[in-house]
Amino acid sequence: MLEIMKQRAKELLESGRVVRVLGWQRGDFPNLREPVFFTTAKQLDNLEYDRFCAANLSKYLIGTDVPTLAFLKPCDTYSLNQLVKERQINRQMTYIIGIGCEGSAKLTDMEENGTLERCLVCTKTVHAAFDELIGEDAAPREKNDRFAGVGEIEAMEIAARYTFWQDHLARCIRCNACRNICPVCHCKKCVFDNTKYDTAQRANASAFEEQMFHIIRAYHVAGRCTDCGECNRACPQAIPLHLLNRKLISDINHMFGEYQAGTDTETPGPLTNFDIEMDKEVGL
Amino acid sequence: MMKIAKEHLPRLFAALAKQIDLLLPAQQAEVVNFAPFCPDAEIDLTTLKTANTPKHFFLPQVEDLYTAAVNAGQISISAADTPIKPFAIFGVRACDAAALDVLDSVYLSDPIDQFYQTRRQAGCIITLACEKPTASCFCTAFGINPTEPCGDITTWLTDDVLYWQPNTEKGDKITELVADLLQLTDESPAQDISENICLPLDKFNPDNLLALFNAPNWQDLSVACIACGACTFVCPTCQCYDITDFDTGTSITRYRCWDSCLYSDFTQMAHGNPRTTQAERFRQRFMHKLVYHPANNDQYGCVGCGRCVAACPAGLNIVKVIKKLEVAGNV
Repeated sequence: MLEIMKQRAKELLESGRVVRVLGWQRGDFPNLREPVFFTTAKQLDNLEYDRFCAANLSKYLIGTDVPTLAFLKPCDTYSLNQLVKERQINRQMTYIIGIGCEGSAKLTDMEENGTLERCLVCTKTVHAAFDELIGEDAAPREKNDRFAGVGEIEAMEIAARYTFWQDHLARCIRCNACRNICPVCHCKKCVFDNTKYDTAQRANASAFEEQMFHIIRAYHVAGRCTDCGECNRACPQAIPLHLLNRKLISDINHMFGEYQAGTDTETPGPLTNFDIEMDKEVGL
Repeated sequence: MMKIAKEHLPRLFAALAKQIDLLLPAQQAEVVNFAPFCPDAEIDLTTLKTANTPKHFFLPQVEDLYTAAVNAGQISISAADTPIKPFAIFGVRACDAAALDVLDSVYLSDPIDQFYQTRRQAGCIITLACEKPTASCFCTAFGINPTEPCGDITTWLTDDVLYWQPNTEKGDKITELVADLLQLTDESPAQDISENICLPLDKFNPDNLLALFNAPNWQDLSVACIACGACTFVCPTCQCYDITDFDTGTSITRYRCWDSCLYSDFTQMAHGNPRTTQAERFRQRFMHKLVYHPANNDQYGCVGCGRCVAACPAGLNIVKVIKKLEVAGNV
């Protein structure tokens, strides 16, 4: 499959259809893959694709103004659609080759440690956008319920729920990896970085601030989060951030009907579409 | 050299913790962090890399400096008065212990940072030798011997024994606290020097400063950087901080907190940020560790712990920079 990917990328590059290719290359450690833009056929010999290519490349397409080929896994294409919908990516400037995926490896101190949680409960096994496909869509996963973790927390007593989150969030070092890796966190100036207002917050000075950053972030991506799981993968403190997002996804599903962000580039999002009749229906 | 049977370690830790605040590597969810001793904590002496480094206890993420208030037209300023009790950290690895030397070279040189100094004087470092490196380790490239860590006390753990060697006066005092649990011994722990990793560090000498600064491939090296600060905040030697005021309405508390050169508003000045592209910010991090810090302090600013390698969501790291950085017309 990798050979076909290289060959197609070289063809598209040489034909002038695209001027660069977004993919992954091998890093300096055996299990390391880094996102990279290839601009020559020779460089494409370094293209790599395997279960260590976990990074969702969609975010690197934001603002692309030259024809760019990108290799996207099925779940990555939902982020692409969401960003096209939010006018962050000009789809005309992209050429998407959807590639099959069997789940990405989870790394612990650079050693493979099973499969990423998001892949174990993957529901986005079919590409939502592509110009051509190489390889099969991902095989449907065993039916692990991605909302099981949310249900467990909802079943807790309020005090236990508070302790659960506070124990996790107290480890937060505010490195912003969750925010910066998130495809839909694309504000030009994050409210937490804006020194013109009192909202600037570089570090967590209290339990309140530990909670505030993550809860505000979860709310800001509510209805836009595709559940790509990058925040969870990026957190160096293993905070289960995906559970916050999934709680909001679960609530949205209950209140507005099943909704998967990034399924297409047109349907208005449930929280950005004002429909007075629907609001009456859900009792708002 | 002293020793204690491994099975008696819980007694040793309990005895120490009775007399001094003791921090130990303990399992927290899926990571291991230094945490205050508690009898039912899941102490982990095999994981080499705690998610948090010992830096947290000497240069906390957030630290109050002083408070200024206006009362009845009078301005009063009071220095932060955070009481620092003596404490000991057990299980510090060679890389993290060496990282404290890097922090010392900055914070204990003139003008001495009193906040850091107070914590440094209060803290006793009990190191634990490594047996086998992990996939991301490269401390030996920076001349650190993981089997002979420094620190106030050095310990070596075998299958059944912990060897204990005080190195400093502070270490002697802590040793006295638990002397009844330790036996003198003539034995010495086996010290297999682990494989030496070599990196092409020769080019990073101050004479090459401009050539390195103007290297043609900083842009390529940094293109995948997502501008988060994960590498900075998991780093045991990153030392930069920001100073901000917390405005309560009637007073301000001036505090400092960790900052990252990868951020767009790092060293923000009236006119903006002097480094306007991510490539420049990326360059700053590595130039500081490999060129500027060595030029000023005769030591590298990296100890090869490899945490940044594992933390970068985009797979970027200092090893790649060291290997790939091209010096125009040189090396």
